[in-house]
Amino acid sequence: MNCFLVKSSLGRKLVMAVSGCFLVLFLLFHMAMNLAALFSAEAYNKICEFLGANWYALVGTVVLAGGVVVHFAYALLLTWQNRKARGNVRYAVTVKEEGVDWASKNMLVIGFIVLCGLALHLVHFWSEMQLVEIMGGHENSLGLAPTNGAALIAFTFSKWYNALVYIVWLAAIWFHLTHGVWSMFQTAGWANDKWYPRLKCLSNLVSTLICGGFALVVVFFFLKENGWLCCACC
Amino acid sequence: MALKLDSKIPAGELAQKWSNHKAAIKVVSPANKRKLDIIIVGTGLGGASAAASLGELGYNVKVFCIQDSPRRAHSIAAQGGINAAKNYQNDNDSVYRLFYDTIKGGDYRAREANVYRLAEVSNLIIDQCVAQGVPFAREYGGLLANRSFGGAQVSRTFYARGQTGQQLLLGAYAALNKEIAAGSVKSYPRHEMLDIVIEDGEAKGIIARNLVTGEIERHGAHAVVIATGGYGNVFFLSTNAMGSNGSAAFQCYRKGAGFANPCFTQIHPTCIPIHGTQQSKLTLMSESLRNDGRIWVPKKMEDVQAIRSGAKKPSDIAEEDRDYYLERRYPAFGNLVPRDVASRAAKERCDAGYGVNETGLAVFLDFKTAIERLGKDIIKQRYGNLFDMYEEITDVSPYEEPMQIFPAVHYTMGGIWVDYNLMTTIPGLYAIGEANFSDHGANRLGASALMQGLADGYFVLPYTIGDYLSAKIQAPKVDTTTAAFDEAEKAVKERIEKLMSINGKQSVDDIHKRLGNIMWDNVGMARTKESLEKAISEIQALRKEFWQDVKVVGTADSFNVELEKALRVADFLELGELMARDALNREESCGGHFRSEHQTEEGEALRHDEEFAYASVWEYKGMDEAPELTKEPLEYEFTHRAQRNYKN
Amino acid sequence: MKFTLKIWRQKDAKSKGAFQTYQVDNISPDTSFLEMLDILNNDLVHKGEEPVAFDHDCREGICGMCSLHINGRAHGPGKAATTCQIYMRKFKDGETIVIEPWRSAAFPVIKDLVVNRGAYDEILQAGGFVSVRTNSVPDANAIPIAKADADESMDAAACIGCGACAATCKNGSAMLFVAARVSSLAKLPQGRVEGARRAKAMVAKMDELGFGNCTNTGACQAECPKAVSIAHIARLNREFLAAKLED
Repeated sequence: MNCFLVKSSLGRKLVMAVSGCFLVLFLLFHMAMNLAALFSAEAYNKICEFLGANWYALVGTVVLAGGVVVHFAYALLLTWQNRKARGNVRYAVTVKEEGVDWASKNMLVIGFIVLCGLALHLVHFWSEMQLVEIMGGHENSLGLAPTNGAALIAFTFSKWYNALVYIVWLAAIWFHLTHGVWSMFQTAGWANDKWYPRLKCLSNLVSTLICGGFALVVVFFFLKENGWLCCACC
Repeated sequence: MALKLDSKIPAGELAQKWSNHKAAIKVVSPANKRKLDIIIVGTGLGGASAAASLGELGYNVKVFCIQDSPRRAHSIAAQGGINAAKNYQNDNDSVYRLFYDTIKGGDYRAREANVYRLAEVSNLIIDQCVAQGVPFAREYGGLLANRSFGGAQVSRTFYARGQTGQQLLLGAYAALNKEIAAGSVKSYPRHEMLDIVIEDGEAKGIIARNLVTGEIERHGAHAVVIATGGYGNVFFLSTNAMGSNGSAAFQCYRKGAGFANPCFTQIHPTCIPIHGTQQSKLTLMSESLRNDGRIWVPKKMEDVQAIRSGAKKPSDIAEEDRDYYLERRYPAFGNLVPRDVASRAAKERCDAGYGVNETGLAVFLDFKTAIERLGKDIIKQRYGNLFDMYEEITDVSPYEEPMQIFPAVHYTMGGIWVDYNLMTTIPGLYAIGEANFSDHGANRLGASALMQGLADGYFVLPYTIGDYLSAKIQAPKVDTTTAAFDEAEKAVKERIEKLMSINGKQSVDDIHKRLGNIMWDNVGMARTKESLEKAISEIQALRKEFWQDVKVVGTADSFNVELEKALRVADFLELGELMARDALNREESCGGHFRSEHQTEEGEALRHDEEFAYASVWEYKGMDEAPELTKEPLEYEFTHRAQRNYKN
Repeated sequence: MKFTLKIWRQKDAKSKGAFQTYQVDNISPDTSFLEMLDILNNDLVHKGEEPVAFDHDCREGICGMCSLHINGRAHGPGKAATTCQIYMRKFKDGETIVIEPWRSAAFPVIKDLVVNRGAYDEILQAGGFVSVRTNSVPDANAIPIAKADADESMDAAACIGCGACAATCKNGSAMLFVAARVSSLAKLPQGRVEGARRAKAMVAKMDELGFGNCTNTGACQAECPKAVSIAHIARLNREFLAAKLED
């Protein structure tokens, strides 16, 4: 078993699909959790508290990190192998084939953008929250309690440059997911000609839901903190 | 010294001959099979199926093909289907009826015993192919579907869309792959046989050129099987693949094997007409189209003119102004007359001035009636890929306007003479499939080529070759360092050197095109004494020119397509003359061979059974010498020879 | 019509290749792409130059021998067509046409535009067959097969083994080719018997020969001259994973 997940191209693809699936599920959860911040800072902070330096949250974090590492390491491995398979001499002229999504041919590049965004995101949030707790601190660099996620969100997205970077990041995630979601069904063998349109539709729905949900929070706090949100709306 | 021809046809009742023969011939034990080597040249339906079956039996097989993979052989291009006497349609088909249709379709110039055997094993072929995973067309009940082909009044043709040849070849190729994987067969792609090695009167191996490196190799074996297809490319333009050639067969002929009925060439009635002088290849439209398509030309000359000038579209011509000439002349078979009859009828109309394109060399194949009757969807289902292909090539949609078609060279019934065991006049040398002459007489019925290739390879040769090899079980591995191999290799190298050194002014293609024109004009659909004599002298002159003025660029010790072509055209230049000589000798019309001097009042082929009921077998006497003719009489014990009748 | 051709020329497998530019003139729009190359080659021979080597045979789109990457596309500008089925009316008069060989590590160049596709044969030898002996089979109608299954099997069996899938795939993956064979046989009861063994053996051989990993871009299906669907890849995945889970 272990062996084919490393040695066989189809096994390696399965690892990509399973780890990707896991990350998609995590994103869905994370997005749903963020939406709470729109309605109640208190509720959101309760969730932050729940996901602090508790053993289950820590296990979850490690597993999640593992998922990201595996997904990315395999992506590098696959790309390296694929470049080798393509040979040393490249085509002088190439075109985009009809019906082929741009994202599908640029997953590594998009994935790299996603990863950079992730790093930034960890600095912005994780290092100010769970990490502080793990280190035994009670106050982060902003002087806030590590479980006061709502205030941290408000502070971060009040800056236009942060909001902009997050939107770009989310766009990259959107592209990545539009290919990634249906692709994991294909890799697992759960697809056929009848289901491709449905799966691609599902892909677009899931990606839009995830990225739209996150973006909503970003935009909301950006507008709110800059006082551009009329009171009737909030 | 004339050839000694012993057809080895077993005695007894027609239906018992093959069983009796199988019971009588010797077999080789498994332990001894392992010691015996067989070379097979060609990997089409015949070659691939033979290699797979012989490998499976335990022989050591080496298989050669000129393409980059055995799967590319031209059998793959067969579109319509494969015949078998299964009677799945309950239309009163039987082995005898398939036999009779084939004998009659061949205009009584094939051996009864061979044809009967072919019909007999036809059913096994379908079983075999289905078991290999060939996805034949099926009905909703899950059972196999059939369609009709020319020359038959029953539906006995099995098919896989318009790609039957491809599917059957992939089946045989898969069987071959299974044996390659098992180690019993070794494959040599991109290798071309350039000579056969004869020692003590027996075939002992071949000289082959590695087409990638140019290296000349020796391969020895206890028996050699030629499965290299036909020589239709003598005509330059044909439906054959660009690489199809007659050279392997011709080497056998040059080394003493009899070559039978070289003039029997099949001109297929439904090909896309020639569009200009830049063409290298003609494209066939499957005979299956004649199931639903109707062939016609306008009745009135002014309509012909209007269509040619573009003033009228074919669909503008009223029903009563159309001449469905096949239905008119042959009410019983209509558009499904045999190929030779359909081709000649098209030529007759075009000669009379009714050809429908600018060159005057085309007739219509129309699906209007069928689309009205069955709807566009069903027609699309049946012929969609063929219609698309036609539109790609001509820019005309057959759903809107009729196809234009014209006859083109397609298949050669003639080939290396073989006995009932498929052995040539050289012991140990076999020829199977289109490369031999045995089963189709003067005209092959549609969907019978695939049948013959697979019958020979799966079900005949694996048995009959044992009869010869049983005497070789004590023989050691063939020594390829003997004088015979030395000489053969030296001759091949000299020939190549000669070609490389001429450095004349004409390219190989220039000369091949000229040969093609001579052949088509004089040895084509209609032949006369004058045209044939003219062809012989013109070919001789052209051959001389070739050997003095051809230009072959590149080097001999590398991948060199020009050299490959030159070697093949050199042989075509002799084969063309042989075809003309044979046609000149056969002063009758039969099947695909139509001598204008010999026709009935209605313009049908007129046979002269009392004088020409024989296979003409030619023996090589030298490049510029006349070959010697030996006749194998064709006895008809079980069928009555009659004037072919497709009218009623 | 008139064209400028930029063609990859390479003396042999070991030499370094480069593009060379040629002009062809007086080409009829009804001339096929390969006939246009025939005309160029005939001119080159008359000039005493070596003609451009390219693979071709049946010229009817079925043997799978022709290849060529034309203006960035495997088998050129046609839809579901091989190079030999492309006619010059598809190009603009005066156009520059760039012609390259298949580029894939598993398909090394032999000369000019000719590549070695022996790897595909090897993959099929690993298991692309039904292990039945000649003559040891039941009657053809003994096992009914649903028409839909036979049709789907035929869809996959339409593969001509030309190599366009691996050549066009940015990953150099041969998945569509392997899937076509596995899927075609998997849809038939005759092929099901050794389905698991076949899927594993063929995938293992494909990996061993250095083809890349499929990333589901679908470029193969877009360029396949026989329009073989990537649904067959899904079936291969299913067959393979099911087989592995049983191990």
